[in-house]
Amino acid sequence: MTTESRPETRITRKFAALKAEGRAGLVTFLTAGDPTPEASEDILLGIAEAGADLIEIGMPFSDPMADGPAIQASSLRALKAGMTLPKTLEIVRSFRKKDDDTPIILMGYFNPIYIYGVDRFLTDAREAGIDGLIVVDLPPEEEGELCLPAIEAGLNFIYLTAPTTDDKRLPKVVKHASGFVYYVSITGITGTKSADAGQVGEAVARIRRHTDLPVAVGFGIKTPDQAAEIAKVADAAVVGSALVQVIADNRDENGAPLPGTKDKVLELVGALADGVRGARN
Amino acid sequence: MSKLNTYREGPDETGHFDIYGGRYVAETLMPLILEVQEAWDKAKNDVAYWDEFNRYMKHYVGRPSPLYLAERLTDHFGGAKVYFKRDELNHTGAHKINNTIGQILLAKRMGKGRIIAETGAGQHGVATATVCALFGLPCVVYMGETDVKRQRPNVVRMKMLGAEIVPVTAGTGTLKDAMNEALRDWVSNVEDTFYIIGTAAGPHPYPAMVRDFQCVIGNETKEQMMEMEGRLPDTCIAAIGGGSNAIGLFHPFLDDDSVNLIGVEAAGHGIETGEHCASLNGGRPGVLHGNRTYLLQTEDGQIVDGHSISAGLDYPGIGPEHSWLRDTGRVNYVSITDKEALEAFQLCTKKEGIIPALEPSHALAHVAKIAPDLPKDHLIVMNLCGRGDKDVDAVAGYLGMD
Ligand SMILES: Cc1ncc(COP(=O)(O)O)c(C=O)c1O
Repeated sequence: MTTESRPETRITRKFAALKAEGRAGLVTFLTAGDPTPEASEDILLGIAEAGADLIEIGMPFSDPMADGPAIQASSLRALKAGMTLPKTLEIVRSFRKKDDDTPIILMGYFNPIYIYGVDRFLTDAREAGIDGLIVVDLPPEEEGELCLPAIEAGLNFIYLTAPTTDDKRLPKVVKHASGFVYYVSITGITGTKSADAGQVGEAVARIRRHTDLPVAVGFGIKTPDQAAEIAKVADAAVVGSALVQVIADNRDENGAPLPGTKDKVLELVGALADGVRGARN
Repeated sequence: MSKLNTYREGPDETGHFDIYGGRYVAETLMPLILEVQEAWDKAKNDVAYWDEFNRYMKHYVGRPSPLYLAERLTDHFGGAKVYFKRDELNHTGAHKINNTIGQILLAKRMGKGRIIAETGAGQHGVATATVCALFGLPCVVYMGETDVKRQRPNVVRMKMLGAEIVPVTAGTGTLKDAMNEALRDWVSNVEDTFYIIGTAAGPHPYPAMVRDFQCVIGNETKEQMMEMEGRLPDTCIAAIGGGSNAIGLFHPFLDDDSVNLIGVEAAGHGIETGEHCASLNGGRPGVLHGNRTYLLQTEDGQIVDGHSISAGLDYPGIGPEHSWLRDTGRVNYVSITDKEALEAFQLCTKKEGIIPALEPSHALAHVAKIAPDLPKDHLIVMNLCGRGDKDVDAVAGYLGMD
């Protein structure tokens, strides 16, 4: 695949800047609308300042097949609080009013996008200031659904690769990938097992033999130390369940966020960022 | 849509029946799905594989199941001649075992040492636990917490057969959540695990593979009807949860123009109430559990739970081939309410001395609607795909019996 079909976005610019700085990036994941649309927007507006280099925003779905208990619960909390795809795009628009540099990636499952309408979704996502998409249940076998139209619309389509994605399959997966490649470091769902940094290093090296795209590693990274270990071998570390868990743990009996929830989430983001930034010193 | 030369060639090599079907799964699962597909492509062209399958069908499952003329019901309706395809007489009491035998033979060929399954009514769980006992493999069955409560006899049977039952509380604790949880187990245990899906749905190759196992129902029916009546039936009717017993009955007849095919969905409290499981009559196309198909969902594309008196029909989706058959118009899909199904359950029990499962009671309720107005030489085959032992407590409750 030639590089013209890899749209240039805030993601590509960010990874170039990180490379120039000689460090890895921190990618944070939070579910849009968790625990409520307002509280979620408030947290996301502060997350880049707290240290996130790239932001993944989860689009809640009723049946998050690839997610563990923490993110499943966050998705259900958000849906219960009335979160929808249009409201997720609203949050991104607010964010863009104050920050036009930090890349935003929407992550989720295909059905809500399919029902919203692929063309309408791509137009609205682009207009809202989205840079990339991760759609868990669209492997390269179904690239015609969204990946190819997204590239056409100037968005990066980020593919997941897993330990089960062998050398024979990797070229197929990275063929239309752009922005970065997301390595799922465990065979499993989000927020359960943690990977061994040595094995991750080997896997990242293997992926790099197939693509010159940056490689971000996620699933199972929970602490600043783990993030630092990953930052030594990959271009970015992705943390989701651990952040989502802070939200889960700081709610009153009605499910509303307790005062100080935002600070606690951002504090963990800061600690993770310190871990990632100090990793290669 | 214009009429096709054949309706029996799908899916294409990417697993699609027109826009339905496909492989909408996470990358972690994709290599596993491809491995199953490769193994299945080999097995289905291997005579030795089918010989083994047929041997188990005959000596273990007890096939062929009889095609039985239900004379008293025929008299009662006063119209068409009503035949039952008696898959409720199979070992374990439903058609589900046809599929689990087929899949465990494949798992064995692939050298897999651990079996997982999802179940709603528990019939597929029992059928899976049974073949796991037979082949000496450990078995984990995911079952929604709500279903664990309403299908207790089957839970006990599965445990006795040595299966581990995992009650699923995630989501809403029903069949769709059990399937999510089974898929999560599969991505977490990729090396040694084979996932035996219980209906003709899920990512390719499952819809086609499960159909091919269940086609034993339709193939036998064709032969038996030729023997008994010297011709093909005029109408075939089957209940639809995910659609496996229905596609098994219908598929061999798809290219026989004269045969009218009717799938019966669960209308629950009535389609207009929103409390039903009629994906084709009350849903719209979307993507879930690895395939595109008609789904019960909100305007925002969130999947919603259905309602049916029958746990086996309580699934918000349907196998992708049915979605396609609906759009082509080859099969007609209707729906039956809880109340109508309960009446048919009692009618069958009293008139024929057969206690049917609540799932085929839906199919019978539709027979009751159309048979009286059809001529006496009209031949109807209804798939009596399960026996009602599992449902007697629930039905007694609904009828207020002690
Ligand atoms: C007796 C019986 N019939 C029908 C069904 C529905 O499944 P399918 O539509 O795949 O045949 C079930 C499912 O549990 C069942 O137990």
